[in-house]
Parts: sequence; structure tokens; C-alpha cells
Amino acid sequence: MMNCKQATRLISESQDRSLSLAEKMSLKVHVMMCTGCKNFSLQVPFLSKAMKAYANREDDETKK
Amino acid sequence: MEKSPIEGIGLDAADSSILSDTAFLNDLRRQMVKFATLQLSNSHAAEDAVQEALIGALKNAKSFAGRAALKTWVFAILRNKIADVLRQKQRMVDASSLLQEDEEGEDFFELFDQKGFWQADEKPATWGNPQSALHQNQFWKVFEACLEGLPGNQARVFMMKEFVELDAAEICTAVGITTTNLNVMLHRSRLRLRECLENTWFLKGEHA
Repeated sequence: MMNCKQATRLISESQDRSLSLAEKMSLKVHVMMCTGCKNFSLQVPFLSKAMKAYANREDDETKK
Repeated sequence: MEKSPIEGIGLDAADSSILSDTAFLNDLRRQMVKFATLQLSNSHAAEDAVQEALIGALKNAKSFAGRAALKTWVFAILRNKIADVLRQKQRMVDASSLLQEDEEGEDFFELFDQKGFWQADEKPATWGNPQSALHQNQFWKVFEACLEGLPGNQARVFMMKEFVELDAAEICTAVGITTTNLNVMLHRSRLRLRECLENTWFLKGEHA
């Protein structure tokens, strides 16, 4: 079975490429049983979203 | 002989419209300054690097096919400027060390057990509704501190991917690494960044 190290790696890569069907299936099975990796899979897209929000923040917002 | 001044310096109509799009250029400049400041931890050096990169890029404006291409190009130049500055400060690790994973391999022993499963106290927790943090100024201070805490090489590629929004192939070419190296570095950056945010923000109740 896939371990958490491998699962988080695939979750990370899913941001950068499309996973194969086999990868998606085994990841899904792992995430269903593992709360840590499930949380990680929700946090990774948030990191990406936060980086984009950070890039587009006006500089003076920090001065307010 | 009969060329217009714009053609004379190698710009076609599409290029010159980019160069007169001040909103686009201002945004681009702001992103560059943030990128450079995070990597150099020195706003003066960052401004200098950005200015040089912009001048360098705009001089060669004729090769741009559009805004995305211009952005890729200026960030590639900026990255080189940053690398120069860091090299002068001797803070830059040897380029070959990008390929060595040993230095950061230890992280994994802390996060995962020998079989590769989460250590009990390293397991990612629930963040609830993290979106609301995006509206809090204090969150951005924490976020920036966590980004600054990433190891240099990891931070560099993570920023190129998520902040500058270069695609994987562009980053590999610019940094001279393989896709596998890139994936390893991005994986580690994300593990570290989320751990830092969790410990310094999401598990602290102060902001709530």
C-alpha cells in the first residue's frame, strides 16, 4: 500500500501535472483512510491560492 | 530607412502595446520586487536587481510574443541577477548542490516514520476555513516569515512555480535541474510551508 510520504508526493505533483488514473486511484484509497494526508490534500491547493493572493496584494495593504 | 522609431529598436505593434501598458508593468515590477526581496532579504539590493533585470529585458523586447513571455523572460533575468548577488555574498550554495538531496533529507525522518507514515505529532491537522486568513494582515506576516524560512533552493523554485507562475519545464531549464529534482523540491517546500503555517498560525488561536 502507498505510504504517507508517497501520498504527499503525489498530492504535491498533482499541482504541477495531471496524475495517471492508477495514481489517482491509489491516492484516493490512501486519502480515504488517512486524515493526515486528507488534510494535506486540502492544504496544498490553499498554499497555491495563498501564493497567488500574496503576489497580487497591493504593497500598501501592509502599511494600513 | 523609412522605419518608424519603434520599428527601429525592434518592436512590433504588439510589443509596444505591452510596453505602454503601465498597469501591467507596475504589477510586474511589484511582483519582481517581492520576489527579489524574499530571496535577498535586502530591499535595496532587491530594487537594484529588479531595475537591472527590467532594463535588460526591455532592451530585448522584440523577442516577446506577449505578456506571459515577457514575464517569463524578466523573471529569468531577475533570477540570474539574484544568483549573481548571492554568489558575491557567498551565500549561494554550489549549483551542483541543487542535485544533492542529503542536506534536506533529514526532514523526512522527522515528518515520517521508517515505513513512510506520518509521525503522530507531525500529522497535518484540520485548518478549518483557511480562506478567511487571506483577509488578515497578521496572517501575511506569518506567511512571509514562513516563506523566508524555506531553504534557499527550495524557496527559489517554489516561488518560481507558485508566485511567478512559470511552468515546470521553464523552471527546470532556468535552474538546470530535472523534473524529478523539481518535484522533490516542490514536495519539500510544501511540506515545510504547511508545517510552518500550521504551527505558527492555524494551531494558534490568537487571531480568532
